[in-house]
Amino acid sequence: MCTKDVSIINELGLHARAAALLAQTAAKAANGVWIIDGDRKVDASSVIDILGLACGKGTIITLQIDDRSDEPVLDELVRMVEAGFGE
Amino acid sequence: MTDRKSEIKLVGVPGSPGICIGKAYLVDTDSAGVEVVEKYFIKKENIQSEASRFKSAVKSAREELTGIIESIPEDLWEHVHILETHKIMFKDKMLYGKTLDTIENEQVNAEWALKKVVVNVKSMFRDIEDPYIRGRISDIVHVSDRIMRHLLGTTDVNIGKIDKRVILVAHDLSPADTSQIQLERIKGFITDRGGRTSHTAIIAKTLDIPSVLGLEKATSVIENDDIIIVDGERGVIIVNPSEESLLTYQNRQEVYFAYKADIAKTSHLPAETTDGVRLNVLGNIELPTEISQVKGYGGDGIGLFRTEFLYLSRKDFPNEEELFSEYKKVVEQIAPQPVTIRTLDINGDKAIAFDKTDDEVNPALGLRAIRFCLRRPDIFETQLRAILRAAVYGNVKIMFPMISGYEEVQEAIGFLDKASESLTKDGVEHTRNIDVGVMIEVPSAVIIADILADMVDFFSIGTNDLVQYSLAIDRGNRQVAYLFQSLHPAVIRMIKHVIEVSSTKGVDVVMCGEMAGIPTNLPVLLGLGMNALSMNPPAIPVIKNAIRSLSVADSRAFMEDVLAQSSAEGVNKLVAETFGDLLMTRQASEA
Repeated sequence: MCTKDVSIINELGLHARAAALLAQTAAKAANGVWIIDGDRKVDASSVIDILGLACGKGTIITLQIDDRSDEPVLDELVRMVEAGFGE
Repeated sequence: MTDRKSEIKLVGVPGSPGICIGKAYLVDTDSAGVEVVEKYFIKKENIQSEASRFKSAVKSAREELTGIIESIPEDLWEHVHILETHKIMFKDKMLYGKTLDTIENEQVNAEWALKKVVVNVKSMFRDIEDPYIRGRISDIVHVSDRIMRHLLGTTDVNIGKIDKRVILVAHDLSPADTSQIQLERIKGFITDRGGRTSHTAIIAKTLDIPSVLGLEKATSVIENDDIIIVDGERGVIIVNPSEESLLTYQNRQEVYFAYKADIAKTSHLPAETTDGVRLNVLGNIELPTEISQVKGYGGDGIGLFRTEFLYLSRKDFPNEEELFSEYKKVVEQIAPQPVTIRTLDINGDKAIAFDKTDDEVNPALGLRAIRFCLRRPDIFETQLRAILRAAVYGNVKIMFPMISGYEEVQEAIGFLDKASESLTKDGVEHTRNIDVGVMIEVPSAVIIADILADMVDFFSIGTNDLVQYSLAIDRGNRQVAYLFQSLHPAVIRMIKHVIEVSSTKGVDVVMCGEMAGIPTNLPVLLGLGMNALSMNPPAIPVIKNAIRSLSVADSRAFMEDVLAQSSAEGVNKLVAETFGDLLMTRQASEA
């Protein structure tokens, strides 16, 4: 298991397009990828789950991978969030 | 004649402006088949084939959407991303995986399983506070409806194939539906669902055809081939209109077309009066995305850039980098035209949720705008630094809101100098060489305008607050709304005083309140000597057009009569009598 914290900088938070990009990238992992916000933990490969978290701007989320072999995916996810999904 | 249907009027949300009259064409996008789903059990040995039936429905629904995306014309591509998101949702675990699980675990048919899953997702979204995220449930519903149609074998009404000139009547139109609308075939559209911020509303505006949304019961009241009138401006539709209504709207439509063609043709020409005086007509904006509107409507720059939006609906104050990058965007996009940035004007009616100090009994007279900023130098300096840095990239002016006295201006300018010095010390690129102005919106500022003029480069008259404070009326209180009169003799005299002081002292004046965007105020404003007006972008062509029909010389002469009036009512009547033909009909057709 391995985790990284990252802050959401987009104006609308984790909005539809951002959630879609996250989910697509997370789907590349061989094992589980999770997004944790406080006491809630959802599957990072589900757009609907991510939207359901309703993370606003400024929220610090934890990205978690079940297996270290998925570290490249984790790094990519962190980069995407930090870059504000290229907006 | 007894079976002639009677006229019905429905009121909804204005989608996009314009008027159209035509025959109704109901598109059953939210077909009864989707709403009423039968439940039946599947024998164990048939579960696998039921699951495959679901999978193939998803596959064909997804292919259908892919086809739609590929057929979307280039000018609507900015809306495609939401459809790309829909495409990803088809295989989402919460939808796809859970439906398959439900089929297997509960041994039920695919339609029932899908419906059950969507009901669960809906309940999950219902409690979300963020209205944007909560609204995304409609995206999930559009996706599941598309799957459902393929499961049930009902065919999607292909909006792209409608070959009559009709008015579409639908329960709801998904962004995919809307983007397929072929302009030459469809006069307008109306829906039961949808609000101002729905994707459908946004696309409707880009399509530039009349639409009314959120009518709630349009599809149950209207039948195919009913004659309907769509008034996209007022958000009203009339079903089975009487001869009288038809005539009224036909006239209105003609006036609207003529008017629109007229102002569209000329909106990029300068706003020059008949006696050759050129006025600056600028736009008020809040979001960087509104710049394209200002440009599209032929604005001469941005006269008021409200900076509050970056501070609202968030948990902390924005940092310098965030502010800088937003300001830079605006400055660069409007350059070489000017942008006047107003420093933070919060509290009062838009308190910051995360930094709410004790509730004030009278926020409009409380700790707001410059008072708040001077009390919180940390927040103020961050903003000032960001503005000075962005100023390098174009033509920036800065102004301070809610100034009521000399010390406030002195202090604010002191902070601006300090911000500049600290940037120099940090070796950060910036410029202090920008025009500094104050908002004239408190009566005391009007009276000491001569004192303030010595410290600044320009005045910006904020009429909304100036009227509120001068006439002592709470803008939010309906009981006294009738007293809100822009053309009150007191307000006219105050503006006159500010303009006279500024011309003696050699400072510029611009007006950036609502008053500047209303054509019937123009003779008075021109007569007083205003030469720069800033307004909501859609008002720009209207105002430019009206300016071209007036002369400064006539307006100045007219002012003598205006100043002789003892009440706002008198002034309004005088304007109507003198300029009625010129200004009123324009406004009526625009309304």
